[in-house]
Amino acid sequence: MPKRDLAFRIGGAAGDGVSSTAESFAKICARSGLHTRTYSSYQSVIRGGHVWTQVRGGLDPIRSHGEDPDVLIVLNQQTMDIHQGDIPEGGAIIFDPENVKPEPKKIRPDVRMIGIPLRRKAQTISPNALVRNTVALGAAVTLFDMDFRHVESAFRDIWGDKKAEVVQQNIEAAKLGAGAVSESGGSLLLGLTYTNVPRHLMTGNEAICLGALAAGCKFLAQYPMTPASSIMHWMAAHAPKYGIVVKQVEDELAAMNMAIGAGHAGVRAMTATSGGGFSLMVEALGQGGMTETPVVVVLVQRSGPSTGLPTKTEQGDLNLALGAGQGDWPRAILAPRNSEECFVLMTKAFNLADIYQTPVIVMSDLYLSEGYRTVDPFDFNVPILRGMMAADGGTAKEYKRYLLTESGVSPRSIPGMKGYQYIAGSDEHDEAGVLISDILAGVPEYVELRKRMMEKRMRKLDGLRKDTPPPERWGPSDADITLVLWGSTQGAAREAAARVEEREGFHVNTVEFPTLFPFHRDEALALLKAAKTTLSIEGNFTGQFTRLLRAETGYAPDHFFGKYDGEPFQAREIAAKILEVVA
Amino acid sequence: MKVAFELQTYKSEIKPTWCPGCGDFAVLNALQKAIHALQLEPWNVLLVSGIGCSSNLPHFLSTYGFHAIHGRAIPVATGAKLANPDLHVIVTGGDGDGYGIGLGHFIHAMRRNLDITYIVMNNEIYGLTTGQASPTSEKGMKTKSTPNVGVIENPLNPITLAISAGATFVARTFSGDVKQMADLVQKGIDHKGFSLIDALSPCVTYNKVNTYDFFRQRVYDLQKEGHDPMDVKAAFAKAIEWPTVQQERIPIGLFYRAEGVPTYEELEPGLAKGPPVRQPLGIENPDELMAEFL
Repeated sequence: MPKRDLAFRIGGAAGDGVSSTAESFAKICARSGLHTRTYSSYQSVIRGGHVWTQVRGGLDPIRSHGEDPDVLIVLNQQTMDIHQGDIPEGGAIIFDPENVKPEPKKIRPDVRMIGIPLRRKAQTISPNALVRNTVALGAAVTLFDMDFRHVESAFRDIWGDKKAEVVQQNIEAAKLGAGAVSESGGSLLLGLTYTNVPRHLMTGNEAICLGALAAGCKFLAQYPMTPASSIMHWMAAHAPKYGIVVKQVEDELAAMNMAIGAGHAGVRAMTATSGGGFSLMVEALGQGGMTETPVVVVLVQRSGPSTGLPTKTEQGDLNLALGAGQGDWPRAILAPRNSEECFVLMTKAFNLADIYQTPVIVMSDLYLSEGYRTVDPFDFNVPILRGMMAADGGTAKEYKRYLLTESGVSPRSIPGMKGYQYIAGSDEHDEAGVLISDILAGVPEYVELRKRMMEKRMRKLDGLRKDTPPPERWGPSDADITLVLWGSTQGAAREAAARVEEREGFHVNTVEFPTLFPFHRDEALALLKAAKTTLSIEGNFTGQFTRLLRAETGYAPDHFFGKYDGEPFQAREIAAKILEVVA
Repeated sequence: MKVAFELQTYKSEIKPTWCPGCGDFAVLNALQKAIHALQLEPWNVLLVSGIGCSSNLPHFLSTYGFHAIHGRAIPVATGAKLANPDLHVIVTGGDGDGYGIGLGHFIHAMRRNLDITYIVMNNEIYGLTTGQASPTSEKGMKTKSTPNVGVIENPLNPITLAISAGATFVARTFSGDVKQMADLVQKGIDHKGFSLIDALSPCVTYNKVNTYDFFRQRVYDLQKEGHDPMDVKAAFAKAIEWPTVQQERIPIGLFYRAEGVPTYEELEPGLAKGPPVRQPLGIENPDELMAEFL
């Protein structure tokens, strides 16, 4: 069977230009018409260390960044030592024989060793050391038989018309690499036919930003923290054009409180962070629940605990999001499973926040947020629902901002609306917003009122449950095993399911949860009770979602596969686990 | 003179729960007088406070208000002001709220020179939590949390801090002089940029040292002694007088005012199209946006 996909890996030290070369290759893939995904393994250093990026392209939609790469570009000895054994038969390793030595025993048979004096060739064109990557990139593109005009367009994207000379130098350098491959046996003859119809390529964080824009977000306050920072970068760059206030502020306490202040004043407001920053936001988040202020917070998870592995992925912050803030208050927690859902769930989050006047948390992770994926163009024609507003013609004396209603949602007013002044209080308050926390606390009628105010707020969960996407099954209804998952695990899990079915003949399906809270108990039970055996897959140690599932439904999955080494799930490890269970 | 809003218009029906004699009553009166003098529309005023006795203040006025969590009034106010710069945003709170738990936000807000007014009811003690030391408590002061040798930290000087951090209107007043206080609050609200009004507001229950009498014996009016608030060096010299250098004379009045410094709102590119709260939602040219990713 001819190959339907390709995989490329480049490795070196931080500062070697690994990620920019990989980004160029990802663009070349997307412009060749391939469905494309990337994964970068990097470290919290600016220079040194070991970093590598993998790019996978497929003629058909692909679900993960793949496993063993067809072509590896080696920029230093450590990369050779670590990765040389990963290249499958028929693949190739591009390296500079003047500073890197392969170890033939570790390399699989029929792997082409393409030694090119990368540095020396690059120096004939430019004194810039990074041009050696371009020589190697030209070699890789030739090995994959890709159209060279995409190389040129990728370089023009980076350096633009202002640096035409640099573009030209890099094109020349890439041609040197291409020439070296031609002289040493030509392409790998993988047999891929490229459509050359370009696809849109973006990171999960960019998809999150586009969702925010489509929803009419006008305010973002954020503090830098990997892997959420690129949300702030993209939004800041686009802020003037779209009339958005984007602020880097002094800390996450300020970020969350500013977003709440902006939400209170009537704009769609958000913040974004990772687990450490989110930990600082929890008090303010509860304030959003108590004052009934719409706000969206994006929680891009990375490996914990504490500072953890800042550049590695994990799904370990669900307990944190579920329990954030003292006391009980209504919240929704959404977890996109892929880039398209990053967009869609962000638009949904802003509507839910406005309709239910409460904070909504969107949980992504490093793997989903930082990786590049090709996507079909998003539908920006999304409904914008601002929820219940106070009607014209009222007076402040009669207006009750926190009116007790069946839905728990009360007509909202916004500062500037004449006649609807009220005080939003983080203390417990009555329907009009008057505090019942000090002299009235404990007075019998206010004991009863406190109870009713709590119940009013918590009734919002009923509406939120109805308006959030329920769990869904993917794959055959009658399966030998059902994988239970949330978030970015979707890609590798579905790939593993398809692989096990194709190679081993077992039927595998999944039950996936785009909404983590409020929990969709009935739908979950209906899907899970139909399953023969279940395997819950999560990127954390304790099975945070698995515990939530059991707490909410009484259903305990039969098997659990937790991953907490910082790396994203690979299809092959999930496939192995599936076989361990069913075989 | 006929006015659109009577003083009474600005009062809510809720009666303050402060102890009789609390300095905060004077601040409430002064604030009501100031916004009355400025004839601000109550629905275009947003009072933001944190937690503490003084942070209950917004409930006693008829404007919009946000009674936030402890120490976070300034960031809430900042978000609201940036979302709708047409609002008159006034922050009120105490020394624990603003100079203790919220100190970081206080400094950064002044760096920004956002056009908001911050009134700190400074009583040099934690009142609501029943009498612990505050960041402005005098050295040696015995409190519930410092019962042995008293406070051993140096008191924070909000005035020097404010001038150095970039506030463009820095004043101190005293609850024993409502007239001066109302005048300074009015000027502070009218000032374009960040205005700090440090209001010495005695706690009659938990601070038996810094009483009305204590202040009456020590305060003097800067303006009556010819201080020029436009002179930053003179402002620093006056600012360090108390409590940094000596304890006997306490300057009140306007320490510092800078004119013509651009406000944060004027510099913010995201506000160039006008107040975000009035911008249309959604994207007009999605194809153009998606094309960035091709």
